Amino acid sequence: MASEANSPAETFSPIFGRLTLDWIPYHEPILIGTFAGIALGGLILMTLMTYFRLWGPLWSNWVTSVDHKKIGIMYMVLGFVMMVRGFADALMMRAQQAMAAGGAEGYLPPHHYDQVFTAHGVIMIFFVAMPFVTGVMNYVMPLQIGARDVAFPFLNNFSFWMTVAGALLVNVSLFVGEFARVGWLAFPPLSGASYSTGPGMDYYLWALQIAGVGTTLSGINLIATILKMRAPGMKLFDMPIFTWTALVTNVLIVAAFPVLTATLALLTLDRYLGFHFFTNDFGGNAMMYINLIWIWGHPEVYILIIPCFGIISEIVSTFSGKPIFGYRTMVWATACIMVLSFVVWLHHFFTMGSGASVNTFFGITTMIIAVPTGVKIFNWLFTMYKGRVRFELPMLWAVGFLVTFTIGGMTGVMLAIPPVDFQLHNTLFLIAHFHNVIIGGVVFAIYAGVVYWWPKAFGFKLNETWGRRAFWGWFIGFYVAFMPLYALGLMGVTRRMNSYPDAGWQPYFIVAAIGAVIILLGILSTFVCFYVSIRDRKALAVGNDPWDARTLEWATQSPPAPYNFPHDIEVVGREAFWRMKRHGFAWSTDYAPIHMPKGTATGVILSAVAFVFGFAMVWYVWWLAALTFVAMIAIGIGHTFNYNRDYDIPVDEVRRTEAKGALA
Amino acid sequence: MSEHTSRTAQAPAADHSPVGGHSHGTMGQLMIGFGLAAILTIIPFYLVMAEVDMGRTTLIGIIMGLGAVQIIVHLVFFLHVNRGAEEGWTLSASVFSVIILGIVLAGSLWVMHNMNENMMPMHEMDRHIEQMKSLRSQQG
Repeated sequence: MASEANSPAETFSPIFGRLTLDWIPYHEPILIGTFAGIALGGLILMTLMTYFRLWGPLWSNWVTSVDHKKIGIMYMVLGFVMMVRGFADALMMRAQQAMAAGGAEGYLPPHHYDQVFTAHGVIMIFFVAMPFVTGVMNYVMPLQIGARDVAFPFLNNFSFWMTVAGALLVNVSLFVGEFARVGWLAFPPLSGASYSTGPGMDYYLWALQIAGVGTTLSGINLIATILKMRAPGMKLFDMPIFTWTALVTNVLIVAAFPVLTATLALLTLDRYLGFHFFTNDFGGNAMMYINLIWIWGHPEVYILIIPCFGIISEIVSTFSGKPIFGYRTMVWATACIMVLSFVVWLHHFFTMGSGASVNTFFGITTMIIAVPTGVKIFNWLFTMYKGRVRFELPMLWAVGFLVTFTIGGMTGVMLAIPPVDFQLHNTLFLIAHFHNVIIGGVVFAIYAGVVYWWPKAFGFKLNETWGRRAFWGWFIGFYVAFMPLYALGLMGVTRRMNSYPDAGWQPYFIVAAIGAVIILLGILSTFVCFYVSIRDRKALAVGNDPWDARTLEWATQSPPAPYNFPHDIEVVGREAFWRMKRHGFAWSTDYAPIHMPKGTATGVILSAVAFVFGFAMVWYVWWLAALTFVAMIAIGIGHTFNYNRDYDIPVDEVRRTEAKGALA
Repeated sequence: MSEHTSRTAQAPAADHSPVGGHSHGTMGQLMIGFGLAAILTIIPFYLVMAEVDMGRTTLIGIIMGLGAVQIIVHLVFFLHVNRGAEEGWTLSASVFSVIILGIVLAGSLWVMHNMNENMMPMHEMDRHIEQMKSLRSQQG
């Protein structure tokens, strides 16, 4: 294999496993530059934090906090940071393909290019989209159901830090060793022991396994929260649509992620212990891996998009000044998608060789799943119809979502037709399709959610000008970057090409690269928007309910007190807050002490040990792996003896906090 | 359950007691479950140990079927999955899991069977390997 020539020789020492100095890529100028940049930035940040004495507050107010609001915000920060990393990968690929036409080689050698597209996919799905979605659910859902926190606050903190540990493992691979060169789903036999030597593939496996623990636990946690901690009187069919979508998504997480864990575990056995589940010989069957990974993979895309449907529902309803059209059909459509998402997975591998009957079945189920999704689109349109639509920033993103996601959905139905898929499988048409639904769907909806709930989380609105610039950068940039890929896909251009012979394709790739730069402007505008808004926060300050919204999270202060609500809320029917406002609602000043969970460092310590465990497994440092494994179990058991987990907020403090909110 | 925050502290009744306080089952229920579980275990053992005269496929079918019934017995009598427990959530969660498991198992078997029919079948692959081996041994 050509790429093996670039890897250091396989050695093994009992102390360092197979880790040698040769694995530090100091001969790669791009990586050295990146490393220097990150090291310098990190140093400046750490110096500033030390100077302003922020380490203590960071540790006690954020890192060890079990407050669902803070954990939600930390998830969003993780998502934005990793989005920068994943987008840097995207820019590198666009630049490479804009250059490498007609025999030219571009600037990225194949073994590096293959790592870049693998890292881009893995990061964008697992460490950008998932944290975004989990973060919004974490922040908003408990507030919407009138709860004080999630059902298992410590577990929530632990889940977050496990996700961070996985993300760190992926990033460490940049500077110690290499990353996988196998595509984001790592199909064997390429990802097996014989074709992927070196640590790259093992970084992939352990990063996803560690982050997967966090995702699954968070799923269980949020389901328990929705089922057990709703405000008194709030029946299931009184829940806001976003809470419904959060419930369905977490059910999907709990049902689907074990499949991913098991599949990756089987591949790990193949790679580490010489098993033959997915090898070419000794009865292994690589097709089984593809079958299993997509049984997780298809529900996964609905895990990402369903909460986004919820966000759009809340925003469309609020800014049209109307209740959502067809509440019940919305709920049932979501529930239908929940079940149907488990019967469409084969459409990812129509071309693998199933017969006509199998392909027909999965083609039809795929077209059927478009029906409940279409129901939702029409519900949003009918909600806006004859409403007084206010075109504020969240609504702008929501309309951008509606247009773009609908186009992406339609190209998806095209791909659902098996004969068409035979032409388009693994072409750039597919790439354009799923970016169309993930950028147009997930990213736009998450941005909509961020600008919508930002005033709730921080007490001030985002800067309108820079917010609009961010939107137009993303919106125009998306179309310029991905419409050429649809055209190229129809010409038969396949994905993941390091270089290509036909110079006639180059103009399309150059246009796509320009589109990526426009998206870059959108991303930069986002960060400028955050900066400008935080700087002008006094001028942008707003009250508890800046959008004239309809659900319970707007009944409390902005930002909400640690206990969320000073009293339990008796909920009657849907849109509780809307009804409360109509009846001249005010919080009673007759407070009682509030019982709350205490922060703990166990989550972050456990995750740090898990990170070291993953690193040790990647490099075959067996003694360290054994040690950290035992340590994880010991710390976990040790935590069960911690009885100092809760405290009561005294009446005086509640009164003081509420009085402060009333003045603002 | 100190993980729960104040809602449970203020309104414990609604959250903690599944219907009628029978969440851990009565002695009678447990004994019925135990009896059923024992019978369902003894039958397959007997069939194998006594080498009862029946087709291999039938035998495996019976063992698997009794295993499935065994799972249901455990769920109902030991894990108390019924319409009353946790406002019916335990039951609906179990039904959903069974549906998903059914889809995944049946779907995978169908898909992989189909693949094996259409792609190179295993026995031909083996024959192919044998041919290669014999060719190689002739040469060397």
